[in-house]
Order: sequence, then structure tokens, then C-alpha cells
Amino acid sequence: MERWSYVLAAALLVTAGIGVAVYRHADTGVPLVPDEDRTVWQIEARIEFLATGEPAEVLLTLPPEQDGFLVLYQAESGASPGFGFTIDRTGPQRRAHWTKRSATGQQTLFYQMDLVEDPQYRISPDPPGDVREAHFDGPYATAASEVLNDLLPKSTSAKSLADQLVQAANTRPLSQNLSLLRQGHAPAPLISALLNRAGIAARTVKALRLEDGRRHQRLRDYVQVWQEDAWLLYDPRRGRVEETGELLLWQTGTPSVFDVVGGSRSQVTFSMTSQVRSALGLSRLRDSPFDISLHNLPIAEQGMFKLIMTLPVGALVVVIMRLLVGVRTSGTFMPVLIALALLQTELLAGLVGLVLVVGAALLLRSYLSALNLLLVARIATLVVVVIALVMLMAVVSYRLGLISGLAITFFPMVILAWTVERMSILWEEEGAGEAMIQGAGSLLVAVCAYLVMSLPLVRHLAFNFPELHLCVLAAILLLGRYTGYRLLELHRFLPLARRGP
Amino acid sequence: MSWLAAPSELRERGVVGMNRRNLEFVARHNRRTAYPLVDNKLLTKRLAAKAGIPMPELILDLSHQFEVEAVPARLNELDEFVIKPAQGSGGRGILVIAGREGGRFVKSNGERVNIQQIKRLLTNIISGLYSLGGRTDSAIVESLAKTHEMFASMSVDGVPDIRVIVFQGYPVMAMLRLGTHASDGKANLHQGAIGVGLDIRTGTSVGAVQHNRAITRHPDNGAHLDDIGIPDWRGLLRLASRCFDVTGLGYLGCDIVIDANAGPLLLEMNARPGLAIQIANGSGLDSRLEAVLAREAFAPGVDERVAFALDGLAGAVG
Repeated sequence: MERWSYVLAAALLVTAGIGVAVYRHADTGVPLVPDEDRTVWQIEARIEFLATGEPAEVLLTLPPEQDGFLVLYQAESGASPGFGFTIDRTGPQRRAHWTKRSATGQQTLFYQMDLVEDPQYRISPDPPGDVREAHFDGPYATAASEVLNDLLPKSTSAKSLADQLVQAANTRPLSQNLSLLRQGHAPAPLISALLNRAGIAARTVKALRLEDGRRHQRLRDYVQVWQEDAWLLYDPRRGRVEETGELLLWQTGTPSVFDVVGGSRSQVTFSMTSQVRSALGLSRLRDSPFDISLHNLPIAEQGMFKLIMTLPVGALVVVIMRLLVGVRTSGTFMPVLIALALLQTELLAGLVGLVLVVGAALLLRSYLSALNLLLVARIATLVVVVIALVMLMAVVSYRLGLISGLAITFFPMVILAWTVERMSILWEEEGAGEAMIQGAGSLLVAVCAYLVMSLPLVRHLAFNFPELHLCVLAAILLLGRYTGYRLLELHRFLPLARRGP
Repeated sequence: MSWLAAPSELRERGVVGMNRRNLEFVARHNRRTAYPLVDNKLLTKRLAAKAGIPMPELILDLSHQFEVEAVPARLNELDEFVIKPAQGSGGRGILVIAGREGGRFVKSNGERVNIQQIKRLLTNIISGLYSLGGRTDSAIVESLAKTHEMFASMSVDGVPDIRVIVFQGYPVMAMLRLGTHASDGKANLHQGAIGVGLDIRTGTSVGAVQHNRAITRHPDNGAHLDDIGIPDWRGLLRLASRCFDVTGLGYLGCDIVIDANAGPLLLEMNARPGLAIQIANGSGLDSRLEAVLAREAFAPGVDERVAFALDGLAGAVG
């Protein structure tokens, strides 16, 4: 009964820990494993125009929310000297809005945004409104009707009609009707107009082809056709575009990409670069109102917590080593503190430094025991001795060009002093053997704790998913109720197993 | 496997492991508030005196550093005495002086110490070096029990004592602990002392171990260890059993010496007695503890409890 309540409590803790972690992973996109990389596109739109001296106003349509790309709104900027900049959200698409009371001469405006490639990112598409009958003038109307009369019987759906239209428009030589229509219309608007005439929802959109490092790019026309409940994208020259990962839809719902009032000879060009960033760095930018993660702390404190959050894992290692294995250590959690120090040094340099300092201090301690000091005074003396040894070691190793010798300064001095004192008492009271066993046990546990605490996955999870410590807690609680034999007891009680009943 | 025993094998033999001892016996049957009664030997002495349990005579207790300066005068009047920390553990900080030689004191192992060394020991004890958690402590000077003649041939560097595990007032397992040169006269098995398992029914030897290995003779003096019989076994078990009534500790280790003149004397008690006693007895504690648990409802007096033990704990021994 009692046992079950423990198991239940542990199960609850594990469920809560994992549940919160998974929720946060889904909500904020903090990756579950370290160093998951994402491609980030940095896109710059450059608008140039010749200002006439009147109040200038420039509107640039901004890309809509779309599948496969995540806009990092925090990284968006459009500041240009002398111009007021706002984002206009009133229309069907967001627009960048620059204004200046009077501008003369050549003007250049920049708009910059960051996009994260995220194949999993999906938005629900906005369905088209009523299809408006496309209007064709005079002879074009006849030609359009004939083209449709020719193709409609061969098609069964919006998609198949669009497929055939694009194919027909790109077959050389063009049919008479199509070649007439092409004289008065650009390919993309022509195809969407013909589709509309057939009662199919279709629209001309402008998209940017993403290629790393390209400059002076322009938007290109594409056709979107509404089929069932999704927009299909057509390249008017090549047909259906299946993979949209390299195409960024820029303008879908507004009549123009950009408008300039009070200027002439305006043009917009785009340049782009891609870079790979860790998903972690990006997730931080997506601020969630419920996120109470450690990322909200100043950078210096974050660095501190990166260490502190691995402590529970080290404590778990100590519990395992003591309760399951049965290793004797000098000082219960002293090994974790050593492991923590080792995390800041290198393993080997740290261990060598530790053994040297403790060994030298032990020698000096044997002299101290002849001085007959009170305990507190003796520990205080040892603190001074340890600090002197650490200083000596740091200076000497630095002079010898061994930078790693400086690592010893990361060890907590008072802990070192206590360790020396305990070891020395152990040595005097129980002999060198026991002192060595406990010293080696402490080092073994410290190295084990270090190895676990330094795993990139452990460090990542401990810091980014603090709730997972509930699972560590559950494990410690369960181990706290373990009544079985320790590994070393199997050896210790061997004579008992050997004897017959 | 040659290095490790199978857990199932140990379970079959009823061996109690450290984790199980801590959780199911120490934590469940020992109230924390009773711990100071056994952890602090001064309290133990007061308690024992009130209940009429014989212990070595308290000569001095010092809890302040300034008292140490006045000690040499007192010690010079004594030929034999024992210094120990009131809250020590594991036999640490104990000094047994068995005689005098000029101005110096002779330890039980024959080493000489001077008054300066004794004062340093007292200083260390008072400043908490040997106490749990480093709390400031008191030093105790008490009379040295006289080695019973039957142990004279066996004892090396110290007085042998008998450890009895008392569960709910029932003596369940016992062993005689003999100091060796290897253990520096100390009675702790992991330091190299000899553990002689004693039949709880008769107080006779059932086997001896040192360093986890079975032996039949004392390695230092060659004394036979396989035909030991403790005198006044019933009296000794009665003494151990009464410790339960005095402390209320359900799982208790009692260390008892047999004084040549006064008979069984309680040396100290331990609320977390070690498990090496199982190895010395070649038998696990489990079945004996279970036998007691099965009787727990009776709450009988000392004589009945001792009788139950002398009777072999309802067949659990043997």
C-alpha cells in the first residue's frame, strides 16, 4: 500500500515533468536535442525612387503567413533615415509604410526580415471569395471562349484545366487563339483570367525565388488555383510547382507590390542570404506569454544556471553510486561539488590539480597535527594553506606554459580544505587504506557525475527543460525506497552465500 | 561468479543489506528523538544509572577547552582509564590507557603517550572532530573494565566486547569482537578486528572471521577461537534486553564487556548497528527479525524475551 503510493507519486512526477516538457517543446519550439539546426533566410527589399519634393509616401506589401516559413517578426526592420516607418495591418496583407514630409532626389528605402524554414509549419489557407467573371475586350473575348471550349471538355477539375492551360500556353507553336491573347496579356494574368472565366477560383500572385547570396532579384508571377481546400501553385511557364520550399509568396491578396506617392522611376529589388542557426536560438525569439524559461534571465545568470541545473543530475549519480553500488565517499555530496568544478576545468587537468593540491595539503596537515590546534582554527589554517598551494600551482604552471594549471582555481577552496581535514583524520584513525578507499571512491563518483553532467544532451535538457528535474526527483524518491542489496554487498556477503545452510 | 554473490542466494540465506536495514529496521523501529540517548554517551550513562544498568564508572567529563588544563592533575591519580568522545562513532577518538611508566602513559597496545598528546586528544574531542557533523562535543574519562580471565589469552591491545543486536527487546544475534594488531586494538571489523559469531542460545562460538575470511585461531596470539563459551550468558542477554526498555529503540546494538569483577557492563549502544555480525555468525538476520515481528503483539517482559532468545527464537536459529 505504502509502496504503491510512492510509485504513484513518482509516476505523477514523471508524467508532469515529461508532459510539461513536451508541451513546451510544441509551444515554443525549444528543441529536445541540442544543436538542431534550422535555415534562416534574411531577406532585404530595396526600394529606389526619385522624389519630386512633395510629401513622399511608400507602401510595400509584405509576405503573408504561409506554409513552410516562419516569420520572425522581432527581427523585422524598415528604418530608413528621414522616413517614418510603420507597419500597416489594415489590408489583406501587412504593408510597410514609409512617410516623409518633403523628399527630393534619389531615395533608397530598406526593409529587412528574417524567415525560418520550417517544413512542419502549416497555416490554414484563406479561401477565395466569389469568382468574378474575367472581362476580355472584343476579339480577346472570342479567343478566350474558344480556348476554353477547346479545353473544358478534356478536363475534370480545376487542377486538370489549369494543367492543360499551362501546357497549351507553352506549346510552340501557339494556337491562333492563344497567340492572340498573349499579345495583349502577360502569361500569368492570362491564365488566371481564363480560369476565372471558366468559373474557377484562380489568382495571379508574386513570389520570390530564394537562392543564397542573390542580389537585385525581382518578384515573379505565379498562378494560384483553388482546388478543394488548398491553393495550388503554377509556374505559368513550367506548370505545377510541387515543392514550394524555395519560393516565398510575397503578394497574394493586394493589387500591387508597392506604391510610391510623390516619386517617380521607382523600383523594388530583393536580396537574400541564408544562414544556419541553432533551433534553440530561434525558439528564444518566439516569445510565448507562458514561457517562464530561464532564457528570460540576463546572460550572465543564464551561464550560472547552466551549471546549477546540472546539480540534481549529479545528486542522482551520487544516490545511485551510494545506494545501488555502495561506493564509500568522504563527504556525502562533496563529489558533486568536485564534478561541478571539473565541468569548468578540463577533466584531466582538474583531476591532476585536485590530487596535487589535496596531496600537498595532506603533507602539510600532518605538520599541523603536531601544533595541537582547535578544530576551527585548523580548518581555517588549511583554507590558507590550500589557497597558497592553489596560487603556487597557478603561477608555476602558467610560467611553464601550462595554461590548464590555472583550472585549479575553479575548485571551491573551503570544500578542498574540509576534504583535506577529513582525509587526514581518516588517515590517522582508520589507516591509509580506508583513506585511499574513500578518497578513490569520492574521485570515482565525482568523475561519474562529471561524465553524466557534461553530456551535451543532459546539459541541454537540464537547462532548457527544468521541468524534467521532476523526473530526476522521482528517480531519487524511488531509489530512496530501495531495500535490495548494493552491488558491493554482493561481494561483502559472499562468505554467507558460500556456506551451506 | 567468484567475486559477487547472486542476490537470490543472499536473499535465500536471509542476509539483510544496508538499504533494507536503514529503511525497514532503523527508520521504522527507531524514533529519531531517542537517538541522542545512545549517540551521546553522557546521556546513556545517566539513563543507565537511573535504570540500574551497570556501565564503567564515569570519572570525568569535559565540555570546555579550559577544563582541559586541569585534567593532568586528575589523570595522574589514575593508572588505568579510557578517554572517549561522548558523541563519537565507529570507535574513533578512543584512547585506552592500561598503565603508567614514569611520567608517561602506556596505551593498551604498549605504545607510550605523554600528557601533551592526551591534552591534544581532549582538545580534538571537545572541538567536535569525532562527533557526527562536527558538533562540539564532550570528552569522557571513564574507568577501564578489567579483562575477564577467560579473554586474557585472546585479547590483543584492548578489552574484547560482545555486540548484541536487540530487536524489539529480543536479543537476536551476538558476536564477540577481538582487537588485533591490524585493527590497532579497535573492535571494528572493517578495521581488521576479529568477529566471533556466538550462538544466541548458548553463547558459544559458531565461527570466527577476520577481513571477511573464516579463521579458527587468533592471528596475533594463536588463541583458539572455535571453543569459546561466554560465562553468564543469560545475564548478558538480560542486560542487552533491558536496553530496549530504557531507550525505546526497537533496533539496537549493545556493546557489552565482561568485567573480571563486576560481570557484564554496558559499554555503549548503537542505533545503527553494522551488518558484519551476519558474516561472523555465518547467518542472515532476516529470519530472526521476522520471528520477533511475529511475536510483537505480546509485549512481554525481559525474562520472557530472553527466554525466547535462549530457546532459539522459535526455530529461527540453527
